[in-house]
Amino acid sequence: MKPFTYTRADDVTSAVSEVSRQEGAKVIAGGTNLLDLMKIDVMQPRHLVDITRLALTTIEKTAEGGLLLGALATNADTAYHEQVEQRYPLLSHAILAGATAQLRNKATDAGNLLQRTRCYYFYDTHTACNKREPGTGCSAIHGYNRNHAILGHSEHCIATHPSDMAVALAALEARIHVTGPQGERTIPIADFHRLPGDTPEKDTNLADDEIITAIELSPKGFARHYTYLKNRDRASYAFALVSVAVGLDMEGDTIQEARIALGGVAHKPWRNPEAEALLTGKKASRENFQPVADAYVHGAKGFEHNSFKIELARRSIVRALMQAAHVDQNSNGN
Amino acid sequence: MQEKALSPTVSTEIITLTINGTSKQLEVEVWTSLLDLLREPLDLTGTKKGCDHGQCGACTILLDGKRINSCLTLAVMHDGSELTTIEGLAQDGELHPVQQAFIDHDAFQCGYCTPGQICSTIGLINEGKAKTLDDIRDLMSGNICRCGAYTNIVKVVQEALERNHKA
Ligand SMILES: Cc1cc2nc3c(=O)[nH]c(=O)nc-3n(C[C@H](O)[C@H](O)[C@H](O)COP(=O)(O)OP(=O)(O)OC[C@H]3O[C@@H](n4cnc5c(N)ncnc54)[C@H](O)[C@@H]3O)c2cc1C
Ligand code: SF4
Ligand code: FES
Ligand code: FES
Repeated sequence: MKPFTYTRADDVTSAVSEVSRQEGAKVIAGGTNLLDLMKIDVMQPRHLVDITRLALTTIEKTAEGGLLLGALATNADTAYHEQVEQRYPLLSHAILAGATAQLRNKATDAGNLLQRTRCYYFYDTHTACNKREPGTGCSAIHGYNRNHAILGHSEHCIATHPSDMAVALAALEARIHVTGPQGERTIPIADFHRLPGDTPEKDTNLADDEIITAIELSPKGFARHYTYLKNRDRASYAFALVSVAVGLDMEGDTIQEARIALGGVAHKPWRNPEAEALLTGKKASRENFQPVADAYVHGAKGFEHNSFKIELARRSIVRALMQAAHVDQNSNGN
Repeated sequence: MQEKALSPTVSTEIITLTINGTSKQLEVEVWTSLLDLLREPLDLTGTKKGCDHGQCGACTILLDGKRINSCLTLAVMHDGSELTTIEGLAQDGELHPVQQAFIDHDAFQCGYCTPGQICSTIGLINEGKAKTLDDIRDLMSGNICRCGAYTNIVKVVQEALERNHKA
C-alpha cells in the first residue's frame, strides 16, 4: 500500500471541502473495497477522508412515504431493517445475496454502489487495462472474459458492475442524494452508473469532489411480487454471473407495471423500459414473459468465455418473472 | 498509558482501543490494518491472516459486538471502539462455550481458521438471524476452512444456537 495522509471528517461540509481541496483524496467508509484495492496498488489515494463519524447512518421514512437510507447505513443494518424487510424485500434479498456476514457488517450502502469492477485484469497491475490506466488497452476483450459484459460494452472496456444491491435499487428506481462544493443534487439511479464508452475509468457520474449522503426509495416497494435471482458459481459468497431483480405490480393475475433490472451483464444495472412495457396489462404467464426476455437480450454480444450469459440471462428473466408473479414453474402458463 | 509506540513517522495518530476488556492508548501508522495492529505490536496472534483481502474470514474479530474482517479496516478508524479477539473469550480460566464446543465436536484439524470460525459463530449468535441449517451454512460462508472441517463446524453452530435459545 502506498503511504497516504488521513483525516477524520466531522460533518458533510468539512468532508466535501477535504476531498475537493486535496489532490488525490478519497473518502473511506467501510473500507472493504477501497482498502482491498489499495493493498494491491490498483487505487492509490494520497489522502483519505474518514467519513464514518458523519451522522449518515439512519434509515427513516420520507415525507412522501418512501424511505431514506443514510449513506453510511451498513449493508447488514439495511437488509435487516424492519421497514426494508417488510416494504422493500427485494432490496433486503439482494443485499443478503452479496458478500458475507462479516463484510456486510462493515460495507456501507454508498460504498456498495461505488465498488469497482471485479474484472481480473483490473486487479492485475501487470496487465493493460483502460479502466485502471486509461489508454493502455483492454486485456479482457481477447483474454479470459467469463465475468464480463454482454450488453452496453465498448471496444475500450467490457467490465461489469459487481453490486447486487445496485441491481435492486435500479428496479426500485432509487434516487441518490449527493453533496458537493456547489451544494446538493439528486441523481436517479439509472443515471448514476455509466456505460464504459471511451472513458471506462469513470464508473459513475458522481464528481470526484461529491459525497453521497443518502439513497432514497420511493413508496413503491413491490413487496407482494418481487424476486432477486442470483446465478453464480457457488450457492453463497460469489459474485453474480447473471442476476435479475424483478418487481411487479399486479391486479389479480394481470400485470399493471413491471420492473426488471439485470446484474452481471453490463457496466451498470441493466434496464430496458420498452421491454418492461410489453407486460403492461398482460396476464402473468410464461408465454407473455418469453418475449420480454428475448427483448432484453436483443443485441447482446458475448466474448469467448461469456457467451453463455446470453441464454442464461434469457432463462433467468423468465424464471424470475414466474417467481415474482407466483406462476407455477412447471406450467405452460396458459 | 501508552504502549509500545511504533516507529515515528509523520502519518501516525494516537487512538484509544478497548481490547478484550483492557483500554489501551496506541500510536498507529494510519495505513495499519486492525489485523496488523493486533498481530504485530500487540502480539495477539490468535487472529490469523489468511488472505488479507476479506476472502477467508481467518481475521474475524468482534468489533463492538459485531463480526468483521479485521484485515479490511484501518486501526486508526476505530478510535474509541471495543474489540474482542479469540484471546478475550475465555473467562476466569474457563473456555467460552463456543470454544469448548469446537473441541467437543472435533470441529478443526490444523486450527488455522478456528479463531475466525469461533468469533464468527459468536457474531452469528449475536445477530440472531440464523434459523435453519441452510441459514447457518450461508451465514458462516465468510469463513473458509482449507481442511474441510465444515460438517462439524455446522454442528457446533447449531448446538450453540440451540443452547442460546434455551438460555
Ligand atoms: C470477498 C468479497 C466478496 C464480495 N462479494 C460481493 C457480492 O457478492 N456482491 C456485492 O454486491 N458485493 C460484494 N462485495 C463487495 C462489497 O459489497 C463492497 O466492498 C462494499 O459494499 C463496499 O462498501 P464500503 O463501505 O466498504 O466501501 P469503501 O471501500 O469504503 O469505499 C468504496 C468506494 O466508495 C467511495 N465511497 C464510500 N462511501 C462514499 C460516500 N458516502 N460518498 C462518496 N464516495 C464514497 C470510496 O471513496 C471508495 O472509492 C464483496 C467484497 C469482498 C471483499
Ligand atoms: S474489461 Fe475494463 S476493467 Fe477489464 S481489462 Fe478491459 S478495460 Fe480493464
Ligand atoms: S485475512 Fe481477512 S478475510 Fe482473509
Ligand atoms: S481447520 Fe484447518 S483450515 Fe480450518
